[in-house]
Amino acid sequence: MSTSQTAAFVRKDMLPPQDPPTSQAGLVKWLRENLFASWFNAILTLSSVFVIYLLVTHFYPWFRHSVWNANSLAECRTIIAANWGEGASGACWAMLRERWHQFIFGFYPPELYWRPIAVFLGLLLAVAPVLFTQLPRQMLLFSLAYPLLAIWLLWGGSAWPVIMIAAGFGIGFLALRFLDEVSSILAIVAAIVAPILFWLFAVGPLDDVLSKAIPLAIEPVASDRFGGFLLAITIGAGGIALSLPLGIILALGRQSNMFLIKSCSVMFIEFIRGVPLITLLFVASLLLNYFLPPGTNFDIILRVMILVTMFAAAYIAEVIRGGLAALPRGQYEAADALGLDYWKAQRLIILPQALKISIPGIVSTFIGMFKDTTLVTFVGLFDPLKGIPDFIRADFNWKGIYWEPFVFVGAIFFILNFSMSRYAMYLERKLKRDHR
Amino acid sequence: MTSASDAPEQGFRLSQLIYDTRYRSLTIQVVTFILVMAGVAWLVDNTIQNLNQLGKDFNFGFLSNRAGYDIGQQLIPYTNDNTHARAMLVGLLNTLWVSVLGCAAATVLGIIIGVLRLSHNWLVARLMTSYVEMFRNIPVLLWILVCIALLSEVTPSPNAYKINPETGESAVSMLLFDSVAVTNRYTAIPAIEFTNSLGTIDTAFAPISLNFLLIAVVLIVSIWGNRRLKAHAHKVQNETGVRPVTWWKSLLILFGPLLVVLVALGFHLVSPTLKGFNFTGGNNVSNAFVALWLGLTLYTAAFIAEIVRAGILAISKGQSEAAYALGLRPNRTMKLVILPQALRVIIPPLISQYLNLTKNSSLAIAVGYMDLRGTLGGVTLNQTGRELEAILLMMLIYLAISLTISGLMNVYNKSVKLKER
Repeated sequence: MSTSQTAAFVRKDMLPPQDPPTSQAGLVKWLRENLFASWFNAILTLSSVFVIYLLVTHFYPWFRHSVWNANSLAECRTIIAANWGEGASGACWAMLRERWHQFIFGFYPPELYWRPIAVFLGLLLAVAPVLFTQLPRQMLLFSLAYPLLAIWLLWGGSAWPVIMIAAGFGIGFLALRFLDEVSSILAIVAAIVAPILFWLFAVGPLDDVLSKAIPLAIEPVASDRFGGFLLAITIGAGGIALSLPLGIILALGRQSNMFLIKSCSVMFIEFIRGVPLITLLFVASLLLNYFLPPGTNFDIILRVMILVTMFAAAYIAEVIRGGLAALPRGQYEAADALGLDYWKAQRLIILPQALKISIPGIVSTFIGMFKDTTLVTFVGLFDPLKGIPDFIRADFNWKGIYWEPFVFVGAIFFILNFSMSRYAMYLERKLKRDHR
Repeated sequence: MTSASDAPEQGFRLSQLIYDTRYRSLTIQVVTFILVMAGVAWLVDNTIQNLNQLGKDFNFGFLSNRAGYDIGQQLIPYTNDNTHARAMLVGLLNTLWVSVLGCAAATVLGIIIGVLRLSHNWLVARLMTSYVEMFRNIPVLLWILVCIALLSEVTPSPNAYKINPETGESAVSMLLFDSVAVTNRYTAIPAIEFTNSLGTIDTAFAPISLNFLLIAVVLIVSIWGNRRLKAHAHKVQNETGVRPVTWWKSLLILFGPLLVVLVALGFHLVSPTLKGFNFTGGNNVSNAFVALWLGLTLYTAAFIAEIVRAGILAISKGQSEAAYALGLRPNRTMKLVILPQALRVIIPPLISQYLNLTKNSSLAIAVGYMDLRGTLGGVTLNQTGRELEAILLMMLIYLAISLTISGLMNVYNKSVKLKER
């Protein structure tokens, strides 16, 4: 029993833990694991470093030698040569300083720049309640009124036609509201027919009378003054707003079990998806006049927007069809079991889920469409990517300036599209319910 | 006792067309059909009226008239004495040519980038992510314009390759062992030639080179032979449990006959050389083609990279773990377990990217490459003034290409679909 007392040494405290070996800690560990895990990885890392080195050595001096104050490309080059030695390359951002407004607004009259700016700010305000559900729902009223307001502000002219269009929608809504108690089908028919009759027959005389009584007009701006990002965003935002409802209808049509409706939708979708956008733009600029009653000639931006909308709608229809098909069959059956009719089932059960699944696809279609707005340059509109830079290069002072417009316009497109795709990812995470 | 009785027979009433679900769908379809037909009739009527007003008619006779314009790059013989139809065909082949080459290059680049983006190497993964985000978020038109600007503004003129007699060196040197020269007008690449050429057969459509025909036949036979060999090995394995060694036989069958034919034909590459102001001997590929091809490739590769990455990520980790548990080596796991499943996810969106690339090739308009849009929808349209016919025909051709490709894709999808019981 007493042997334990004879022990020579008994440790009373724990030893402190030893530091891990240097190869297993801190920066060295990170480097070993992430950059030099194997010889192949080491080669990859070294070649990436080399690529980055090449990119930096090519582009950094160019940015570093930037010139912001000059009146022509030749002057830029003289300044760069004087400051950085003969043969140095450098960016001539002086062009932007002089011409930035053309990249943004095209040839919109400078004294009216407040109008596109107001429209753009309004766009943010109108889109906000749609994008972020935390905001008060009353803001949606502004979103509804916004498109007509934007059209009036951008193109100017008399406010009465726009108000008449709004009034037409109001009449349709009232018809739906009050006739619904009598008969729902009568209400729907009336809601469609009444505004059309109103627009066709009542607007003309009313407009004349009202314009004379209260001339409510601002200075009109013709479509050929539009250009740059103003044009791209007008076509892009207009196309997005119009193509989503059309796309939903087409998708429902394609999923429908009524043969004729289904085949009409399939034919439309496959035709549009099968041809390049450029051919559709040619249709807008060359053929649309053939298809409309003789003597009709309307705005090229509107024509392009119609075709772009059709184009985007076909793609969105396919994306939403994917969402509809991905829904478990039980959802449809449950809606039927609850006794909901087709539209109620779609509105309350099917579409909310299907649209949620299709969000990434819808946003990437929108990004694609926004990128494709640059193609309008080939029907003679001044897009920011080719139309405006070509116009600027036609000026003797800026002849031969290539890279600066590319970098500037590319950066803006990148920022807009990248933020759209990030928003889609945020939305996807937020709406995820993990029921699968 | 109450007895169940049928509802009283009332016969058919008109209101049933709307309120009875048995008839309602019919009503809706008929109404829609009438509306659609009325719309189409309205469009056609307008078109006829407009054509009458302009004194034009609707016929495709112009296609057999003399075209009268030259096309820079042509895959089949064409002169300006040929018809518009022939010009259209040249344009169509140019469209297909740039699309096929673009798809091939974009696939290779896209797979490399997609796989590297999944790499555990921090730097490489970040680099590839930036590539994908940069190219996906900026319009393809910008990349094509950047490529053409690079080629025409930055590269030297053919003259710069001239060897200075005093120093014995040129201002710029050619790439890849003196076989490729990038200039500001064209890219000179080596041409394929045969010393003992078999000649060509002239057909109305295009001359067919017997050399290439022979090579193609030999290749097909070799591939067929290799398949037979594999099938035989498989059979032996199933019967005896031992798989015969096939790799050297495979190599021999695949490449032996080809090598023999190539040597017999005297196959060799002729590098372009500078004669006077221009390169001769090789093929001079116009910068318009190179820029379009490069722009489309770089842009589409970013999308393909994402598809490949998503396809690989879609295969759950359990699959590879199960394969390892069965004792499969990593390369067999990849080949037998991961790839067959990943391909099912990858191929459909990949094909739709090919379709997109083909449609985007109509951006040739930005660089002046004479594709279908450049010939039929460009010069022919402007010369004959028949925009209605030209554009409709062009749309139909693009539609036919798209539908063919998506039809093939549907066949493929059916064949790889999970067979569920």
